[in-house]
Amino acid sequence: MSMTFDDGSFIRTELAQPLPPPTRNVGVIGWMRENLFSSPLNIVLTLVGVLLAALIFPPLIRFLLIDAVWTGENREACLGPGVGACWPFVKAKFGQFIYGFYPISERWRVDIVFLLGAVLLAPLLVLSWPGKRLNAFLFFGVYPVIAFVLLTGGNIDLSAFLLQHFGLIRPLTGDFTVAGINLTFWVDYILTAALFAGIAWVATRALGASGRSAALAVLYFFLALGIITFIWDFDFGLPYVETRQWGGLLVTLVIGVTGIVTSLPLGIVLALGRRSTMPIVRLLCVIFIEFWRGVPLITVLFFATYMLPLFLPAGTNPDGLLRALVGVALFTAAYMAEVVRGGLQAMPKGQYEGAMAMGLTWSQMMRLIILPQALTLVIPGIVNSFISLFKDTTLVLIVSIFDFLGQLRASFTDPNWASPVTLYTGFAFAGIVYFLFCFGMSRYSLFVERRLNTSHRH
Amino acid sequence: MTDLVASAGVKPSKGSLINDPKVRSIGLQIIALILVIVLGWMFVDNARENLAAQKIATGFGFFDNTAGFGISQTLIPYSETSTYGRAFLVGLLNTILVAVVGIILATIIGFLVGIGRLSKNFVVRLLSTVYVEVLRNLPPLFQILFWYLAVLSAMPNPRNSISIFGEAFISNRGMIVPRPLFGEGTGLVLWTTGFAILATVLASSWSATRREETGRGLPMVWIGPALIIGLPLIAMIITGFPITFERPELKGFNFVGGLRVIPEFVALTIALSTYTAAFIAENVRAGIQSVSHGQTEAAHSLGLRQPQTLRLVVIPQAMRVIIPPLTSQYLNLTKNSSLAVGIGYPDLVAVFAGTTLNQTGQAIEIIAITMGVYLVLSIITSVIMNAYNRRVALVER
Repeated sequence: MSMTFDDGSFIRTELAQPLPPPTRNVGVIGWMRENLFSSPLNIVLTLVGVLLAALIFPPLIRFLLIDAVWTGENREACLGPGVGACWPFVKAKFGQFIYGFYPISERWRVDIVFLLGAVLLAPLLVLSWPGKRLNAFLFFGVYPVIAFVLLTGGNIDLSAFLLQHFGLIRPLTGDFTVAGINLTFWVDYILTAALFAGIAWVATRALGASGRSAALAVLYFFLALGIITFIWDFDFGLPYVETRQWGGLLVTLVIGVTGIVTSLPLGIVLALGRRSTMPIVRLLCVIFIEFWRGVPLITVLFFATYMLPLFLPAGTNPDGLLRALVGVALFTAAYMAEVVRGGLQAMPKGQYEGAMAMGLTWSQMMRLIILPQALTLVIPGIVNSFISLFKDTTLVLIVSIFDFLGQLRASFTDPNWASPVTLYTGFAFAGIVYFLFCFGMSRYSLFVERRLNTSHRH
Repeated sequence: MTDLVASAGVKPSKGSLINDPKVRSIGLQIIALILVIVLGWMFVDNARENLAAQKIATGFGFFDNTAGFGISQTLIPYSETSTYGRAFLVGLLNTILVAVVGIILATIIGFLVGIGRLSKNFVVRLLSTVYVEVLRNLPPLFQILFWYLAVLSAMPNPRNSISIFGEAFISNRGMIVPRPLFGEGTGLVLWTTGFAILATVLASSWSATRREETGRGLPMVWIGPALIIGLPLIAMIITGFPITFERPELKGFNFVGGLRVIPEFVALTIALSTYTAAFIAENVRAGIQSVSHGQTEAAHSLGLRQPQTLRLVVIPQAMRVIIPPLTSQYLNLTKNSSLAVGIGYPDLVAVFAGTTLNQTGQAIEIIAITMGVYLVLSIITSVIMNAYNRRVALVER
């Protein structure tokens, strides 16, 4: 529409339709001009990048999938020229990678432990799932006890608790064992518990408070410890499997899960100690944390393997895996303490002041107000330290414990599967497994971080 | 009211001692201290008993004993007749060598990849992301073994070795590079180099002061390199090129001459620097992203050009965020260099906590010293880092 005036001038009354953008600025071509070829430097970078990608990815895919051998009984299958990954090797060694030298007839026990762990862990990771407290108790408290019985066979040897070291009970009863349960030990245990409860009662009474709560606390502690020990002591009829036979992913996961389960409570205690107003407690915690954080894990494992046995009473010779676990637990606890401390420091001061104004005691304030919030805040940090713990478990290879990587290395020496591609296949498989675990966990930690961020945006 | 109570002969209850926070705090600390002392005493007592039972000597006298084992890479003269003390030094120097070379490489790769993660170029961004995600999520020991067993062992034998411009050669026996030979007059060249670096530092600081005052500095882009390259070159010409290179030559089945870099060192350095670089890249990315876009826009509107904006506005602020985690990554690399023991590179742990411990059996002394070395390194690094942090920290009113 337009108007033409008498003098011939022309006025447009409507906007002209915008022209479409030039084709070289939109669509695929526009995107490429903008992102890939915007400047000479960019063109060079793109070409180098594409060249690099072409050098890495197609051969990788060819090796892993296209040229790969999928079936075969021994090395013969993987000997031909230009063959890719030798997957039958992984298939043949799969049991060894997962269970190590765990007896084949007993491997169902490991399967149950894996399954139980997954069932308990999954709802713990889903943030919106209800019953976190019970779930955490099951995973951190009950699961390790059951897993221990299933994996080792339980029925540990108990001989003396405390009083017998002073030669007090055995002369009266002698060794008296029913169903794998050493009754002398338990008499000793109960008497010791009663003794300690009595001491606590008398001590608190002497200070002028009612002794009941202190005595009860001691009794509860001994009850919990007693239940765990009793379950480990009981003979369920499972054959004993010594830890030297464990291996592969089983050991990797045992070290990882034990590390996290023991280091979390220890780390919380250390973090609280470091934030405490008591100078001696704070100093002790700072020294502990900074010491373990300052040394490499290898030296910690050397310490646990060679030095720790010297510090224990003569005759106690803890199992090799147990020694490594102690080292890993102490090491991880120091890192965990710093993660938890971060959470404690991130709590607004108002939370502390509010709790104190409500008249809560220090332990109530921590248990009910501060820790639940602080721990939720540091879930990403906890997951991240679990990732590095998981990666660090490979180091036990150096103190001759054959974890997943150790089994992989051992499997290369099998003459049945000696072929030019065995090594690469093994590394590819292990790499994929480690990557899936660690990448999955890091994605989870990112997801939690994002979720928590939105809820904290005021 | 008080009269009433007093007249009834009842004193106001003070409450029990255990509820007094002061008493509680002191009591708890005493209990903690006693526990630690008892535990420590038990350890010492057990250790004394066990050592006596196993007939293991104590003390540091073994440092002067003959080691009797060879070491595949020594930076200082060492032979099988040297002492354990000497072996300790060799191991320590090897650890430091890996750490220094690894840190330099990791910083270069890390900064490149970190900047690549923020590139506008899609291909570069994708490759950088893949690099970071893959290397960060694989255990370092796995990577070291991979480089050692799968890459370096698969290299051709010396006769068919890969040649780099005919000067350096890579084979399954490691890397051979030309060996520098220091002739008469090397001292002068080195002194001149040191002087040139010092002069450059002084000139650039003077240039910065002058720019603050007059708005015009020296063209340091030209002066710096001219000093650092030119002065030593002149010194070289005067002394008649004292530093020459001995080129490796293939004779028979192996190379003669040249400087042999053992494959363990190559594998360890590559693995550690690429692994740590992935973490450094993330720190660099976070640092650059932490500088708000407003800073760039403000710099542009002040008339600064893009390179100036980066150099004067963005990078100084990003470094404040990058440096602290960067230092802890350096520390991690140094600590991870102890993984050398997994492939038999003779670092401190392998030589000292490995071979020496096996031979002497003096676990307590040896492990304590090894841990002590790493602790000292950590403490030195964190002291320097804290000092730097204080210097660059935002001064808030």
